[in-house]
Amino acid sequence: MGLESAFGQSFITTTIDAVVSWARKNSLWPMPLGISCCAIEMMAAADPRFDIARFGSEVMRFTPRQCDLLIVAGTVTYKMAKVVRKIYDQMPEPKWVISMGACASSGGMFRSYSVVQGIDQFVPVDVYVAGCPPRPENLLNAIIEIQKKVGKTSVLDLPDQPLIELPVLNERTN
Amino acid sequence: MKELIENKLRNQFPQAILEVSEFRGDLTFLVDKNFIVEVCKFLRDDPELSFNLLVDLCGVDRAKRKDRFEVVYHLISIKNKYRLRLKVRVDEKDCEVESLTSIFPTANWHERETYDMYGIKFKNHPDLRRMYMPEEFEYYPLRKDFPLLGIPGSLQLPKR
Repeated sequence: MGLESAFGQSFITTTIDAVVSWARKNSLWPMPLGISCCAIEMMAAADPRFDIARFGSEVMRFTPRQCDLLIVAGTVTYKMAKVVRKIYDQMPEPKWVISMGACASSGGMFRSYSVVQGIDQFVPVDVYVAGCPPRPENLLNAIIEIQKKVGKTSVLDLPDQPLIELPVLNERTN
Repeated sequence: MKELIENKLRNQFPQAILEVSEFRGDLTFLVDKNFIVEVCKFLRDDPELSFNLLVDLCGVDRAKRKDRFEVVYHLISIKNKYRLRLKVRVDEKDCEVESLTSIFPTANWHERETYDMYGIKFKNHPDLRRMYMPEEFEYYPLRKDFPLLGIPGSLQLPKR
């Protein structure tokens, strides 16, 4: 739009890392894994009043295959842990995880036999968000923190991971 | 209403009613566990009583008292606008009660929940599986001797 007229026939030198991470951090596609009341605040963060689109991450996709940011918003029980891990495994690399709220981060008020006391026991978490539930501003702050982290990540830093073979689950039979 | 139910039950099942109590207008019968199905069937089918709705069915762990577990049934007679509570006591060694699914189909999932949480078995239940906990879980979480935070290693997490 305006860039061509400003630069004219000249050129810019930069690094691949700078361009790629600049593009990545300003276009995070979240996977909204809303599993309890934190999800309401996550939805509020997407509405016009708080407007997650200001940070380029308004494209909430309800399929993990198109996402690179997993927002775990809510209480994770032991039964649900398998589902969360499966969704994480389905997301393409590179990927980041926000643990939103007290429950996901530490079990929160559910100090109980059925609730996982912190999702970092089975997925790597990049940013924890405090609050019960956190205000939408707090989630936006977490996205800004993730952007800083993504901005610092070099292409070479990303793990060269082999494709994971997902176990074939016959859930209907057991 | 209270006298009517009590007289009818005592006439019909002389040995079944072990104890009658009333607390703030709520009538409770302690029933012998071998009679619970017949008592419920009678309460439902008697035209004058017609307790046609099973509202709740749950378990109680009475810890160290004699007959450790209790199964509680809440019935409503819509016609008479009257609530009734039945209780059955079972010992830990013989933790089995006859299922109520043949009288009230609602009892199906309630009994599964009670089995899941207390380990009380229901005889002749069509599908007695766990309700909330995973099928391979070996403990009964609402028993008084179960630790609040669970037993470490009893529930598997995915590997990191």
